[in-house]
Amino acid sequence: MKRDKSLLIIRRVLVVIAVLAVYIWAFSGLPVLQFKETSMEVISSIFSGLLQPDWTYVYDPKGEDLLRGLLDTLAIALLGTFIASFLCIPFSFMAARNIMKNKAIVGTNKFILSFIRVFPDIVLALLFIKAVGPGAFSGVLALGIGAVGMLGKLISEDMEGVDLSAREALVATGANPVKTLMFAVIPQVLPNFFSFVLYRFEINVRAATILGIIGAGGIGTPLIFALSVRDWERVGIILLGIIVMVTMIDIISGKIRARLT
Amino acid sequence: MRTAELKNQTTGMPAPPKKTKQHITVLLVLLLVMASGWQIGFSLEELMSGLPNMWDLIVQLIPPNWGYFSQITVPILETIRMAVVGTTIGGLLAAPLSMLAARNVIHTSWVTIPCRFILNLIRTLPELLLAAIFVAIFGIGPIPGIFALALFSLGIIAKLFYESIESIDPGPMEAMTAVGANKIKWIVFGVVPQVTSTFVSFFLYAFEINVRAAAVLGLVGAGGIGLYYEQTLGFFEYDKTASLIVYTLAVVLIIDYVSTVAREKLT
Amino acid sequence: MIEFKNVSKVYPNGTRGLKNINVKIEKGEFVVVVGLSGAGKSTLLRSINRLHEVSDGEIIVGGKSITKAQGTDLYRIRRDIGMIFQHFNLVKRSSVMRNVLSGRVGYHATWKMVLGLFPKKDKELAIQALKRVNMPEKAYMRADQLSGGQQQRVSIARALAQEAKLILADEPVASLDPLTTKQVMDDLQHINQELGITMVVNLHFIDVARKYATRIIGLKQGEVVFDGPVENATDEMFAEIYGRPLEEDEIMGVAR
Ligand SMILES: Nc1ncnc2c1ncn2[C@@H]1O[C@H](COP(=O)(O)OP(=O)(O)OP(=O)(O)O)[C@@H](O)[C@H]1O
Ligand SMILES: [Mg+2]
Repeated sequence: MKRDKSLLIIRRVLVVIAVLAVYIWAFSGLPVLQFKETSMEVISSIFSGLLQPDWTYVYDPKGEDLLRGLLDTLAIALLGTFIASFLCIPFSFMAARNIMKNKAIVGTNKFILSFIRVFPDIVLALLFIKAVGPGAFSGVLALGIGAVGMLGKLISEDMEGVDLSAREALVATGANPVKTLMFAVIPQVLPNFFSFVLYRFEINVRAATILGIIGAGGIGTPLIFALSVRDWERVGIILLGIIVMVTMIDIISGKIRARLT
Repeated sequence: MRTAELKNQTTGMPAPPKKTKQHITVLLVLLLVMASGWQIGFSLEELMSGLPNMWDLIVQLIPPNWGYFSQITVPILETIRMAVVGTTIGGLLAAPLSMLAARNVIHTSWVTIPCRFILNLIRTLPELLLAAIFVAIFGIGPIPGIFALALFSLGIIAKLFYESIESIDPGPMEAMTAVGANKIKWIVFGVVPQVTSTFVSFFLYAFEINVRAAAVLGLVGAGGIGLYYEQTLGFFEYDKTASLIVYTLAVVLIIDYVSTVAREKLT
Repeated sequence: MIEFKNVSKVYPNGTRGLKNINVKIEKGEFVVVVGLSGAGKSTLLRSINRLHEVSDGEIIVGGKSITKAQGTDLYRIRRDIGMIFQHFNLVKRSSVMRNVLSGRVGYHATWKMVLGLFPKKDKELAIQALKRVNMPEKAYMRADQLSGGQQQRVSIARALAQEAKLILADEPVASLDPLTTKQVMDDLQHINQELGITMVVNLHFIDVARKYATRIIGLKQGEVVFDGPVENATDEMFAEIYGRPLEEDEIMGVAR
């Protein structure tokens, strides 16, 4: 007993030392924070921009306005999520241990899913821009592929928890594997599937607001442009627009998800 | 049709539930998808002609430029550093703010509601967007990146944290009230012991997310490895891009692993 | 209807499930399989529709060898065999109707089933089946909202909608109380007598077995130790199958 205790203390001390070391390393390498004389000025202009946004930018019949940017952003998120919701299905089945009996296939698919998951969406978008050119299209593809990792993981793990007794009953009626999955497994995972897809949609809306920063479409493009020309009123209205849109989507999607389960 | 209906009525079969709602939902989703496609000018043609290019790109990415790894170690380390410092600042801010936002700790709604409002506001803005704004304020370098990550992790941690504070056992808090402790003591002895390990767990979780986020902040000039993605892609040095990807993924995976193990130890 | 030819089964871990079984079951029989726990009743039943593979011998169902059938042929043979389980094995989240309809999936193209397109005739069949087990009014409830006995009757309806020529039931009443046991067993008996569907039922309770069976098969350690009409199955016979006198819990009290 006593030895256990001293071992525990030693381990604690080691952990503390390690954490301290990480912090010393992290902070010692930092450049000093120096406020440029313009910093405060910029901060106050951003706030005043937020308080007195450029309302004329909200709607411009000629096109390049806030509404269009936000709609583009939503459209990218929606299409990306829609594509991902289909792409993730085969991966989900093949990564579920109780559905796919072949361990090698399950392992490969779990690996692919975690690989996609650690891949930042924005890097995917960079690659797609190189492949298909800048624009909303590459943004859609980036979100469509990027979301497969998380959706596949959530859905396959959900599937691993389903009750498989009904599957036996379906096999006994002479159903082939596809029909068996369709009747015995899918009804059990469908509500959660929709819920996960909606949740991912919320994430994708946020992600889509930044795609434009690298040229993959949406509201990010005018924002980065306004920032670079220091048009703070415009920055203000765009930020407001993003905040309102994201909040609304969160609320709506959250309400639907609450009803699903 | 009519005979079937009649039969149903006479045999005591309940009417099948109406499927209208489902059909309308499906229709609505399809309409939304189509409208979205139209909004951004999505075309299948473009997809078909774009996909082969994707393949070409993948071919050029392989194999990575192994010599490049030594050159990007410094920015990779800077990325991790930004994540550590950013998450720490975010966590330090999140702890008190979460207390203020938890309804079972602060009973006055004019404190909790504004706190929640601010936290929700922060959560609507993604990290790269925050970074772009901070770059405008502080200029290029890791400092704006750190601020962006701090704010970003504040949003993540605080939301998770105040929700878990609200679900703690009221017993110890009542005990502190009973002995007549002031509010600070009441929190320190009644609330904090119950939530410390949850907090550390959320902190580590936010750190995992921040490492990934930090890797792309360089795209807007906020320090770290992100800048190199743009450079190598811009010069068509795809083998170097591949090195960046491999290195980032390796670091993220290792940190995820360590952090997950630590989080499991906590619970 | 069913013919076992020298069937043996050894589980991968070396346990002997079945030992050289030779049994022939005719159309319209109501066969009850009895035996101690672990005697091999489930193994016997499940090898008939090949939920379990046998290691040796052949099983003929409806004139075709199920042990040799592959792919579509196997699905075709299974389509004629309904199965009822101790724990009902319904899709709990789905409606009763959909559970009953799932007995029909073997009859249609896969793509139609993926889209859930059942012809009108199937829906009629499902309703008829539900009426036979006296549950038409529950058609659009979710399966998990029903009691155990009701769920078991839904699974009987599923086998009926399947238009099975043979129904296998593995301890169909083991998780039910005496009253529901009687309802469920009566349902099976009516189906057997009125529709001429062959029944092979595993039962734990001797008195239930005696009341409903036309023929009893006794298993002991994977071997058939008794096979004959119900009249010949005396208490002494059961004592021999069980290797000891009957115990209280092997009599449910339904028959009295
Ligand atoms: N999957 C399996 N792997 C190995 N052995 C098994 C397996 N299933 C059953 N057995 C063994 O085979 C023998 C027969 O089992 P079976 O399930 O057929 O018995 P049973 O008569 O249905 O018993 P019960 O009344 O308990 O349901 C038992 O000894 C059992 O331990
Ligand atoms: Mg059994």
